[in-house]
Parts: sequence; structure tokens; C-alpha cells
Amino acid sequence: MSDTQNSEPVIKIENLFIAYEPGRYAVNDVSASVKRNSITAIMGPSGCGKSTLLRGLNRLHELYPDIETKGEILLNGQSIFSMSVIELRRKVGMVFQRPNPFPNMTIYENVLAGFSLNDIRLRKSQRDEIVENALKNVTLWDEVKEFLYRKGTFLSGGQQQRLCVARAIAFNPEVLLLDEPTSALDPVATSKIEDLLVELKKQYTLVLVTHNMSQAARISDESMFMYLGELVEAGRTETLFTNPKDARTEAYLTGKFG
Amino acid sequence: MKMELKDNIKRRNRSNGLFRYLVIAGAVVTIIPIFLIVGNLAVKGYRQINIAFFTQPAPDTFQAMTAAVSGEVIPGGIANGLTGSLLMVLLASLAAIPLGLMTGIYLYENGTKRYARFIRSLTEILQGVPSIILGIIAYLWVVKNITKGYSALAGSLALTIMMLPLIIRSTEETMKMIPVTIREAAFALGTPYYKMIYKILIPVSFSGLATGVLLALSRILGETAPLMLTALGSPAISFDITKPVSAVPLLIWDFYNDPNMVNLVWSASLFLMVFVLSMNLLSRRIASKRKYI
Amino acid sequence: MNGDRVIKALLFISSLIILLLSAGIVLSLTGGAIPAFREYGPGFITSTVWNPTSGSEEYGAMPFIAGTVITSILALIICIPMAFSTSLFIAEYYRGTRTANILRSLIDLLAGIPSIVYGFWGFYALRPLLISTGLTDQGFGVFTASLVLAIMIVPYATSLSAEIISMVPAELKEAAFSLGATRREVIFNVVIPSARSGIVASFILALGRALGETMAVTMLIGNANLIPKGLFAPGNTMASVIANQFGEADGLKMSALIAIGLLLFVITAIVNAAGKMIIKRFA
Repeated sequence: MSDTQNSEPVIKIENLFIAYEPGRYAVNDVSASVKRNSITAIMGPSGCGKSTLLRGLNRLHELYPDIETKGEILLNGQSIFSMSVIELRRKVGMVFQRPNPFPNMTIYENVLAGFSLNDIRLRKSQRDEIVENALKNVTLWDEVKEFLYRKGTFLSGGQQQRLCVARAIAFNPEVLLLDEPTSALDPVATSKIEDLLVELKKQYTLVLVTHNMSQAARISDESMFMYLGELVEAGRTETLFTNPKDARTEAYLTGKFG
Repeated sequence: MKMELKDNIKRRNRSNGLFRYLVIAGAVVTIIPIFLIVGNLAVKGYRQINIAFFTQPAPDTFQAMTAAVSGEVIPGGIANGLTGSLLMVLLASLAAIPLGLMTGIYLYENGTKRYARFIRSLTEILQGVPSIILGIIAYLWVVKNITKGYSALAGSLALTIMMLPLIIRSTEETMKMIPVTIREAAFALGTPYYKMIYKILIPVSFSGLATGVLLALSRILGETAPLMLTALGSPAISFDITKPVSAVPLLIWDFYNDPNMVNLVWSASLFLMVFVLSMNLLSRRIASKRKYI
Repeated sequence: MNGDRVIKALLFISSLIILLLSAGIVLSLTGGAIPAFREYGPGFITSTVWNPTSGSEEYGAMPFIAGTVITSILALIICIPMAFSTSLFIAEYYRGTRTANILRSLIDLLAGIPSIVYGFWGFYALRPLLISTGLTDQGFGVFTASLVLAIMIVPYATSLSAEIISMVPAELKEAAFSLGATRREVIFNVVIPSARSGIVASFILALGRALGETMAVTMLIGNANLIPKGLFAPGNTMASVIANQFGEADGLKMSALIAIGLLLFVITAIVNAAGKMIIKRFA
């Protein structure tokens, strides 16, 4: 990858507004960029709009009627609103707060869910390869390779979440969005996932919403702090944490609210 | 893979849109009958509805025939049906409401014990029994053995058995929605058990209980089949529970079977339907205005 | 404390009433049916003869069992697409909107219309329509009755299905959407498999309702005491024959009718119990 490509942000958010009700903006004039092969953390107290912003990135917020969106989001220079939503979601995958493997599918089928839902036929050999690669990438392969044809619900929370990550990366997306992926997991599982994310950033670009500042400090390269819908401050994580420019950022980081 | 993706998207979007239209079409088809039925009844039935409709008993077939021939409004009304229905519904309520409430409270208080679960299952089974069978039962128990003939009492029994499971169910469900803290607060103040029931439990859940009763009432008002075997019908306006009595649905059945009284069928049905639907709406209004539950 | 015991006793006694009623119903039905079974044996259930002429009376329940089962199942088949699309409308596509609420109220309205009103609307409004299509002469018969029956059970199937469908967790659907699935694909691949048992149970319960329907069916099925010969041929159901003939029956005939009542009771109880069991295991 040439230097110029490397320095171009993968995602550029330009003056984004998202409102659930007319006049009440959950995301209020946010502009930011996400660097390739990095982990960008979005932090802030509850209700600050971080989840809404994240969901804007794969246009998931459009599921809910009466949403008003203004502004632009560019993926590799192309507006995500101008491309088909299906195309977008192949390039931008998502992992949710509570692990949600599809209960009616086996582990094998869950990893391939993206393909089956998109009605893409693959030869058995392709399918096997995708499943093995994805599960190996999330370090779940050894644990489940004997049980591929069982439903995923017997796995522990942490394993289920890794399965969901495998499902998201089976598509080989460019960006992976994670909405508080470890808040429902115990500390051991959390740390496993955090290690996984650090590994994954070599291949993908990760955007992570977290309400856990220490997590952001541990694993993210860039951070964004949001408050009441506004992007208060953004920058390299180290800088943000050690030398916040905005008083609100400092207050949040020192635990004055949150 | 990119090429395949583009083809794939168009086809899938098309099938997505098509399915959406099917769903909407299906929903529209489903509600068409409502408009047809209500419309038909309203248009054909309103003419016959006047004061006399409510205050006069049903005409006999000769009166109806002469009126039909001369194109006039058929004389008479549904008063005997109204009084009969009123009588039987009142009797049934007198029996079913207290019994239903108490059994519902019993089930609520004894939630998971084996006996309670057994009674609950029986109640569910009872709720599913076709009304005509309850008519047979009321016939065997009352018409044959108690009143030795068709009677309002028999009709009331059938209606009571129909109301009971509905009231029991809604009572238990309503009570389950009372926040536990209210009970605990009452006990903490030293309220004896029986006082708690009628001073706290019932008043707090009152609107829910009322809704359940109203719904049970609207269910039995339209019932015809069991009454055919028990109350039979009568041209007179009577309040004698040991004798046959009419009811609005029974009148509709009589009118239906007499070609001269066709016009009356529409108006009687319109009245019945409007009445039942109003009770439904009323119970819905009460339900949505509930404060605690 | 005395008041407590009295109240507790009272509550217990009222629960006994349900027990007594249920037992009484089963006993009375069985008792009333025994003469018929004693006379005709278990073959009563499969016999298709219905001959009330005194001197050579013979009764059999099969025509009515057939009529009940055929009309109910046909009604369910007709009802399924309507209920399915309406519940998807309310619980998925237009969930939470005012349109959905209005639709839900309209469906509830359907449930509130008394059976006899359906019956005679079917007689005066539907019959001429069907006759004009040329498919049937008189308009009475299995199809007409089933059609009206279908409309009557739609509210039950719809409201329960809609509730089950709306209980599918939003995250599951969002996960599917974020993998690029279209709405239809999410419904078929995630929502329906999740809600499958509940939807099936709601249809079974609707079937249970249809089995016991009396008035509307009586007025439209043609009251012919034989197994229907075709889709538009007349027939009779268990509930209707009881409604029609119980009034003037006595002796053996009444016992036969009560026996039919017993059979109807059993069939309905089994179907309803099956539906409830599926829901309990699912939810």
C-alpha cells in the first residue's frame, strides 16, 4: 500500500446531523475522520450520541422511520448515501453489544450468514475455507472446530461474541464497527476480545464505541469524545488522555461525570 | 465477485419490494370484510331504528307481512329481546363476577402450587369449550331438572359458564401487574390479609378488572347458540326466570327465519353490533387510562 | 386473623367451583352420550347414517365430524395468508406507526362482531356474490361457510402472531441487516425461524376457535346430513346439527346429539391444549 493511500482516511464524516425527532439532534454537526488500520474509540456519557454516530456509518439508523439525516459520510471518498445499502454493508461490518449469533443457525452457518442472507452461492470448498479462516482470525477455531454443526447457543458469552466478529469479518469488510462489544462480557472474555481487536487492526479498520475509558486508553490509537451529540474533541488517544484540550473532555476523563 | 454482486442486488431489491406489496395487499384484503359488513348493516338497518324499535316487542309474522307488502317500516321492535338479554346477562353477571373475581384472586395468591396450576389449566380448557356445548349442559342441568322447561335461568347458566374463565383470567393477569411494593407496603403497615384484598388489591386494579368484565360481557351479548337450547325465545316481555325468554341474538335468528321480517334483521343486527363494539371500545378506553396498571 | 381464614376459605371454595363445573360437564356429556354408544357401539363415530325415522332410527357422527374438520381446516388455509400478511404489517413493516394501530383496532373490530351477524351477512351479501361467479348454485356449502369462518378467525391468528413476531429481539434483526440483508430476507431468514413455533401455535388456536363455531356455519353450510361431496356442496358440522336438531330431539336422537357434543368437546380441548403447550414451550 503506497504512502498516499495509507494517509487518506478510510472514513470521512462531514457535518453530520442525525435527528430522531425534528429539532432534537442526537448527532449534532459532527466532522471527523477515521484512519486506515487503526482502532478509533468513540467515548462519552450515555446519551451523548456515540451509538447513533456509529450506526450512521453503516446506515443502520435508517431502519427507524422518522429519522432525519443531514451531512455527508465518505467511505474511501465515495458517499455512503449514494451507494446501495447492501454494498455498503459488505464493506462495513458491525458487531453488537450483546452477542447475537442467529439461534436458528449452526456455528458453521453463522459464520457464513452474510453470504446466505445475501443469497450468494458458494462451493462447499469455498465455504469451508471461509469458515476456517474467519474462525482462526478470531482465535475460535480450535475451540469449536469439533462443533461446527451445532447451534452456537451453547458457547460462552465471550465465545459467542468472537463468533459474531467472525461472522462480520467473513465478508472481508474494510471497516469493522463495534458497539460496546465487551460491555456484556466478563473481564476474562473482555481481555480476549481486546487482544483480538488489536490483532484485527492489521487487516481492518476498527471503530469502537465504548463507555469504558480504560478500554479506550488500552487499545485505541485515536479517540473521539462526544457529549450531548457534539464531537467535543478528537485526536490521538495518548494526547487526548494526557492533555485534553476541552474542559468537558477533562471532566469526563477524570470521572466528574459519565 | 463484484459483477455477481451487482446482479444480485437488483434481483433481491425487486423481490424485497414485491414482498412488501404482497404484505400490504394481504392486510388490505383482510380488513375489507369489516367495511363490507359494517357498511351493509348500517345502510340497510338504520331505517328501521326508531323509538319504537327499543320499546316495542317483536311483531308477529302477519304484521310484518302487511308492512312489507305496503313498503312500510315494520311495526314493533326488539323490546322483548332487550329485556330478555338484560335479564340473563344480569343474572349471569351476578354469579360470574364474584365467583370469577374470587377464583382469580385465589389463583393470583397461590400462583405456582400444583392445585392452582391444575385449576388454571381447567379454566383454560373451559374457555375453549364451544358455546353450544354449554348450551347442552345448561339444558341437561336446568331445563330438564330444575325449571322443567326452557327458561331464562338455563340461559343464564350457560352465559355464566362462558363468562367465568374470561373473568378469572383477566383478574389474575391484572393482579399480576400490581407492583409487588404496594402489597409489601400494605403488609408492612400491619394490614390483615383480608383487608388488603378489598382495600388495596381490588381498588388498585379496579380499571383492569372492569376491563375484563366488560370484555366478558361483550362476548356473551352476541351469543346465540347456547340460548337456542335454553332460553328458547318468547314474544313476551317477561322477567320470569323460570320461563322462556327472548334475547336480541335469538330475535335476530327468528327474524332471519321469517322471510317477512328481513328488514328487522338488519336493524337488530346493526344494534347488536354497535352495542357490542361500543363495549369493546369502552373497555379499551378504560384500559388505556389506567394509572398504575 | 379470623377474617383471614374466612377469606382464604372462601377463595378456595370458589376455586372448587371450576373443578366441579369441569367435572360436571364431562360427566353430564358422557352420561348423556352413553345410550347412543350403547346402542350403536364405537362404530357410531365412523357411521355415516343419519336416519331419524322412528322405528328404524340410526345415527352416526361421521358426516358431522367430516364437515367440522373440513370447514375448519379450509377456513384455516384461507385465513393463513391474510393473518400472516397482516401480522407482518403490524409487527414488522409498519410497526409502531399509527397505521398499524388503526389496523390493529380494525382487526379487533372483526373479533367483536357476533357470530350470527356474520352468518346472515354471509347469507345476504356473500352468497349472491358467490352465485354470480357461477361456482355454486345456491350459495350454500362448505366453501361459503369456510370463507366466513376464515374471516371470523383472522383476528385470533393475527393478534397472537403479531405479538410473537414483535418479540423477536431487535438486535438479531439489526445483525442481519448489517450483513446486508434486505427486509424480506431478514423476515424469512431470521424473524420467521425465531417466531416459528409461536406463529404455528396461534394458527392452531385459531383452528380451535373455528371448530366450535356454530351460528355462522349453520346459516351457510346447507345442513345436509352427509359427508360433503365437493368444495361447493352442502354438508353439516357437529355444532350446527346440535343447534338445529337439539330442540325437538328426545330419547336416542338426543343422546346421539349429546354424543356428538362430547366428541366436539374432546376434539376442541385437544386442539386448544396443543396450541397452548406449544406457546408455553416457546415463550
